[in-house]
Amino acid sequence: MIAANPPATQRVVLLAEDVWKSYDDGAITVLRGVNFTGFEGETVALCGPSGCGKSTLLHLLGGLDEPDRGRISVNGKELSRHSSPLRLLRHEIGFVFQLHNLIPDLTLEENCLIPTVAAGLDHKSAKARLRELTDRTGLSHRLGSKIQKLSGGERQRTALCRALMNKPHILLADEPTGSLDEATRATVFDLLLEIVANEGVTLVMATHDRELAGRCARLIEMHDGRIREPL
Amino acid sequence: MIFLKLIVTNLLRHRIRSLISIAGIAFSVAAMLTIVTVLQGAVAMFSGILSSDSQIIVFERNVSDLFFSSVPSEAVQTISSWPIVEHADPVLFGIVSSSDHPIITCFGITDGDARLRKASWIQGDRSQFGKDTSGVVLGERAAEFMSTTLGNTVQIGHGSFRVVGIIKTANGFEDGGVFMPLSSAQSFFHKEGSSSVITIKLHSKEDVPKLKASVRRSFPNLVALEDEEFTRSYSQFKILKATAWAVGGCGLLLGGLGVANTMIMSVFTRIREIAILRVNGFSNSQIATMIFGESALVSVLGAVVGLVIGMVFLFALKLIPALHGYVDTSVQPLVLVIVIVLALMTGVAGALYPAMYAMRIRAVEALRFE
Repeated sequence: MIAANPPATQRVVLLAEDVWKSYDDGAITVLRGVNFTGFEGETVALCGPSGCGKSTLLHLLGGLDEPDRGRISVNGKELSRHSSPLRLLRHEIGFVFQLHNLIPDLTLEENCLIPTVAAGLDHKSAKARLRELTDRTGLSHRLGSKIQKLSGGERQRTALCRALMNKPHILLADEPTGSLDEATRATVFDLLLEIVANEGVTLVMATHDRELAGRCARLIEMHDGRIREPL
Repeated sequence: MIFLKLIVTNLLRHRIRSLISIAGIAFSVAAMLTIVTVLQGAVAMFSGILSSDSQIIVFERNVSDLFFSSVPSEAVQTISSWPIVEHADPVLFGIVSSSDHPIITCFGITDGDARLRKASWIQGDRSQFGKDTSGVVLGERAAEFMSTTLGNTVQIGHGSFRVVGIIKTANGFEDGGVFMPLSSAQSFFHKEGSSSVITIKLHSKEDVPKLKASVRRSFPNLVALEDEEFTRSYSQFKILKATAWAVGGCGLLLGGLGVANTMIMSVFTRIREIAILRVNGFSNSQIATMIFGESALVSVLGAVVGLVIGMVFLFALKLIPALHGYVDTSVQPLVLVIVIVLALMTGVAGALYPAMYAMRIRAVEALRFE
């Protein structure tokens, strides 16, 4: 079993300060004054019951949504003042979701190359990076396969490769193994930890799985839109 | 490459829907090409009648239709006497009918007219024209539909005429027409002492401005235009061309609505996929480019198929004996370019709303409901 590395440095890469978020014109408050700090290279698990705000916090940290109040900073830059949140999505942050969210009509290779197209990475470099990641994840023999032909574990590994294609510094994972069976879950999670450790990526992962969460360097409990004191 | 794959993949994903859109554009393009080409051919043929061995046409100022133009015989005599003029031929246009054909174009001309000189004589010869005021020359198709031959008497309108010749010309109007001596036509149409137009050939083209000025000065009631100038400015031609483009445009508009419908459906059924692209860093412009790319591909394929259908249809029209000579099926390159550009513009316009909708998709909302 691969254990999570402790943070390599104490440099703050993710910062949420008094973040509030609600939906339906304030009828449903999901986050209530959340404060969170993520350090470079560390692995953080966000645990808590469904609806406690884990996914919402990930979306806000990744610039997919905006808080009603409070501030989110990535690598020292406040998101609300960030000229282009796209730059974050293209170069600094990768996302992995519970469902793989791959495009079924494209091949594994084509799915993985999507972020490189968005970022304008040259094809040669993109292919080299793809080879590197698929070698590590054991998918190099499946490059030309359509997504429908892949197993659940292969799909989630593909999603992991895609998220890391542009060498992001931060990986936000929302229940990355939630749709997998127990054996596959362990394999994929081992791989996830191994790659983030090798690449020096900061991992923030929302999960219900206490066992997997326990393997992260830090576990944060969320409840009713708030973060409880670190365990 | 992935970008192109995304575009093609989406069109292939809903083949029937894509095919219907392509067919919509194709039939619109085919209709536009056919209508515009046929009408432009008709205009060219009519222009051809006027410009037969001539450079300038003189007609009554401010008439909307040459059939109503009245040019006095004195003008023909005066203009013919000018030294810069090689020949000036009066032509009187009239519409007559026979028992089977409600419309037959009638040309009142002199025996030296270029139409008779240049035609291939199938029966009879030019020397017989004008000898007898009741003698007419028929175009080959006119003789065909009147079921007559040389020496027969034919009933045209309220008069009876003897066929003194049958000619073949490349021009459909002329080939289906009746050529009468000018004096007979003047009498027949109650236009004694006048013609509809004078077609003029000069010794030197450089004298065109001089002739125009002379006509303006000597006959203020007449106007002289160069053939090309006339084709451009004649209101009947303008109306015909505008109608052709308008009808074709309506067809393309319908095709465009088909593309719009397809693209809207395409975006609505792909909200999640577009959200995935957004999470992976696709910008608004990249999303829009993808949507416009799809509609452009549909339009290009539709335009190509439409051009092929249009060409085949025009070719088929040409083979119909009744239309022989009436349909000029040679497609002008400019018309081709305009039709293709219009088809593309229609496709792009059809993708405007879908693209705007796609750009407004928020990844976080689309992905929340897994």
